[in-house]
Amino acid sequence: MDSAIETTHSEHDAAEHEHVFVPQHRHHFETEEQQREAGSFGMWLFLLTEIMFFGGMFFAYLLFRNWYYDAFVAASNTLNIGMGAANTAILITSGFFMALAVWAAEVRKKNLLVIFLVLTTVFGCAFLGVKYFEYKEKFELHHVPGASFDVSQFVNPPIDAKTGKPVGKPLAPDVVQHTQIFFFLYFAMTGMHALHMIIGIGILFWLLLRAQRGEFSVGYVAPIENFGLYWHFVDIVWIFLFPLLYLINRHPLAH
Amino acid sequence: MAHEPQHAEQHFHDPANIVNPEHAEHHIVSPLEYSFVFGTLLLCTVLTVFAATLDLGVFNPVIALAIASFKGVIVILFFMHVKYQSNLIKMTVGAGFFTFLVLITMTLSDYMSRAWGLW
Amino acid sequence: MSATATSILNLPDQATATIPKKNFITAEDGLLSWLLTGDHKRIAMLYIISITFFFFIGGAFAGLIRLELLTPQPDLVASDTYNKLFTMHGIIMVFLFLVPSVPATLGNFLIPIMLGARDLAFPKINLLSWYLYVIGGTLTLTALMLGGVDTGWTFTTPLSTHYLNTHVVTTAMAIFVAGFSSIFTGLNFIVTIHRMRCPGMTWFRMPLFVWAHYAASVLMVLGTPVLAIAIVLVALERLVGIGVFDPTKGGDPLLFQHLFWFYSHPAVYIMILPGMGVISEVISTFSRKRVFGYTAVAFSSVAIALFGFFVWEHHMFIMGVSNYSALVFSLLTMLVAVPSAIKIFNWAFTLQKGSITFETPMLYAFGFMGLFTIGGLTGVFLGSLGMDIQLTETYFIVAHFHFVMVGGMLMAFLSGVHFWWPKMTGRMYPESLSKLAAVVTFIGFNLTFLPQFILGYLGMPRRYHAYPPEFQVLNVLSTAGATVLGVGYLLPVLYLAWSLKYGPVAGDNPWQATGLEWQIQSPPLTENFPEIPIMDHEAYDYEWLEHKTAHEVKAVG
Repeated sequence: MDSAIETTHSEHDAAEHEHVFVPQHRHHFETEEQQREAGSFGMWLFLLTEIMFFGGMFFAYLLFRNWYYDAFVAASNTLNIGMGAANTAILITSGFFMALAVWAAEVRKKNLLVIFLVLTTVFGCAFLGVKYFEYKEKFELHHVPGASFDVSQFVNPPIDAKTGKPVGKPLAPDVVQHTQIFFFLYFAMTGMHALHMIIGIGILFWLLLRAQRGEFSVGYVAPIENFGLYWHFVDIVWIFLFPLLYLINRHPLAH
Repeated sequence: MAHEPQHAEQHFHDPANIVNPEHAEHHIVSPLEYSFVFGTLLLCTVLTVFAATLDLGVFNPVIALAIASFKGVIVILFFMHVKYQSNLIKMTVGAGFFTFLVLITMTLSDYMSRAWGLW
Repeated sequence: MSATATSILNLPDQATATIPKKNFITAEDGLLSWLLTGDHKRIAMLYIISITFFFFIGGAFAGLIRLELLTPQPDLVASDTYNKLFTMHGIIMVFLFLVPSVPATLGNFLIPIMLGARDLAFPKINLLSWYLYVIGGTLTLTALMLGGVDTGWTFTTPLSTHYLNTHVVTTAMAIFVAGFSSIFTGLNFIVTIHRMRCPGMTWFRMPLFVWAHYAASVLMVLGTPVLAIAIVLVALERLVGIGVFDPTKGGDPLLFQHLFWFYSHPAVYIMILPGMGVISEVISTFSRKRVFGYTAVAFSSVAIALFGFFVWEHHMFIMGVSNYSALVFSLLTMLVAVPSAIKIFNWAFTLQKGSITFETPMLYAFGFMGLFTIGGLTGVFLGSLGMDIQLTETYFIVAHFHFVMVGGMLMAFLSGVHFWWPKMTGRMYPESLSKLAAVVTFIGFNLTFLPQFILGYLGMPRRYHAYPPEFQVLNVLSTAGATVLGVGYLLPVLYLAWSLKYGPVAGDNPWQATGLEWQIQSPPLTENFPEIPIMDHEAYDYEWLEHKTAHEVKAVG
């Protein structure tokens, strides 16, 4: 049985090329670089699926914000802008440390890598902590969609102690139901985002363990790099969620 | 019956260069570059909160989205290294956003034109 | 058995031929070596078994549907049950059979070999894909056993979210999981095709089978997540009642439909493109001629994938979309037919002046060309806005998609299974029995679905289990055809299983085909190639093949 197709020859090549293979090299790849590029490309394709997944919800948001602008403004203004902005800064910082972690792995500095991964995790957990308090407040105010949803705050907005004026425009009874759609989108989009963060933090713990063991400071950077791509993507989703959900209309009620 | 083995001097060069792309340069982004991007991102966050407190009418969402898009782009280019990656990666990112835009705009075409009445 | 004027089949001398002792099947022993494998060929085998299993469950539902429709009265099952029958038939056939059929079985098996690679880029993700498929399938069966779901496979809102009390959420979860199986398969293919081609294998030397899978994979990766979010929203709507699809709370049921069909239209191209890839290979081999217009066929696959994203609203023409957008989408639908037609023309020109023989894969391929053309042309009728208003939600639609999916895709699948069976198993199937099955299938198919075009045009609605008595004759014809069709599908299962033990040894290249997969042993080694090949000739290069076989020494001494 003869394969009359031409073949590459590995024996003669070895002398000419120094193929450095890390222990994690997979046999079906010819070179380390091919494996790394393939892994990176694969992660990007996965991120494309995430873009399209969140995309559906972004479209729903676009549609209903357009249809029910007043209700969305009123509902959005019950979100705590300070917490939202702080969370944005926290997540950006977490992403910054993740980028530094990738750098540390590339220059093979194990201790720095571990420190940066820890910082990434800490800031990620901080984000989730702030989210917890936000959700708790929403729950207490009966802004969670479903049976317990309470619209009274939007029909009769409370008076702001400082200005003596209502905090927002009172909404008509038929319009006020639409605030529930805003809150649904708020919980669905930030909830889905938080779920991705929780999964990411889980993976971070696992990567931390392996980094501590020295697995990523010998030239094998791919898992750190590819997880970094995932983490930055989650960051980008929040970068868009923040202005869309928290900053619809924060003009002081001068007019 | 066995085919002729290639001579050691005959080195097979793959014109598509997918087997040995390690000959390509591998750029490592420095912490300094990352710090600049980090600072810019924080600045833009402050900017977007500030812009939301101004009444710019129809430009409020435009500016908010523009700032968010800018932030997203620099995260993609620098934190995610896309600026230094192959054209394949760049095209992949583009393809993703293109498909997202198709979803948004073509679905929107239905909703927007409903208001134009039946004919 | 050597090639004759009527057959190109070239089996080795059965007195001395044996299956190679070392191959991917004998490489490791034990159930776990199959369930924990990373070998793309073993995973393909796992898929073949599970897909066949679900195909016959879906087929059983089809049988029950046709049985009910023998009489105009609703006398076999209750109306709710009938709704559950066609829903489960659709869900199983679309998500658990058609979408994974060629890519997960033949694609998984062949793409690395066709590219000269040792495996797909991510073998573990490949295995994960299969497990996700099995979990999705199990959840579907769970929903079935808990009482079924009756929304139709399209889960149209607000019916599915507000008016039904069946197991929608379970089924939605099942499809969600199965969707990820599809996404990971597509992801794997894209990375492999981009990054693991052997030296010399440029894009335009790849077999057209690979091009077709590349286009389908892009659709899988970009389209399926939108289905995922659509059904998550349906599940949330049912569980929490937030109102996103509820007009009384300000929602819009059409939002679901936009998201659903944004995936489900590209889904039909996910289903058909790999089949078209099979047809390119089969028609070339059995005409002994390179595919006419290789570049056109390659680019038309990509064009179908691209345009396929722009036409989904043609499934919603009567649902309340604006007339202006309906016009635009109708026009775009006309455009998407063009690349498919290009392929048919190219295959026809491949046949012209070729040395055509009529082995079983070629019979199925001819069936494909005729039936897909009819199905595709009726699709153009339906894309035309005025016609669609009349014909939608009637049996015309049912006939249309069964022509393209069953007459087209399923025939392509069977063509491919028969074509590559000797490569995958090392054994040849019995030719006369298989030819009989192909003819029986073709006759049964036409008898089943041609009357349905007429029924639809005359106005019989789809998804109804009762109908006016004047439609009965056509329905009886259709049911008779379904019985014949069932026989036609059962036969291959029987004789293919039989051939595993008793079929003649096939040898490396029984069809004398070009392509890297035919230059290695049957069944292949686990690592596919002893050494990575160098591709130095174009695809479908029959002169190269002739030159190679002329210089080949088959026996020693």
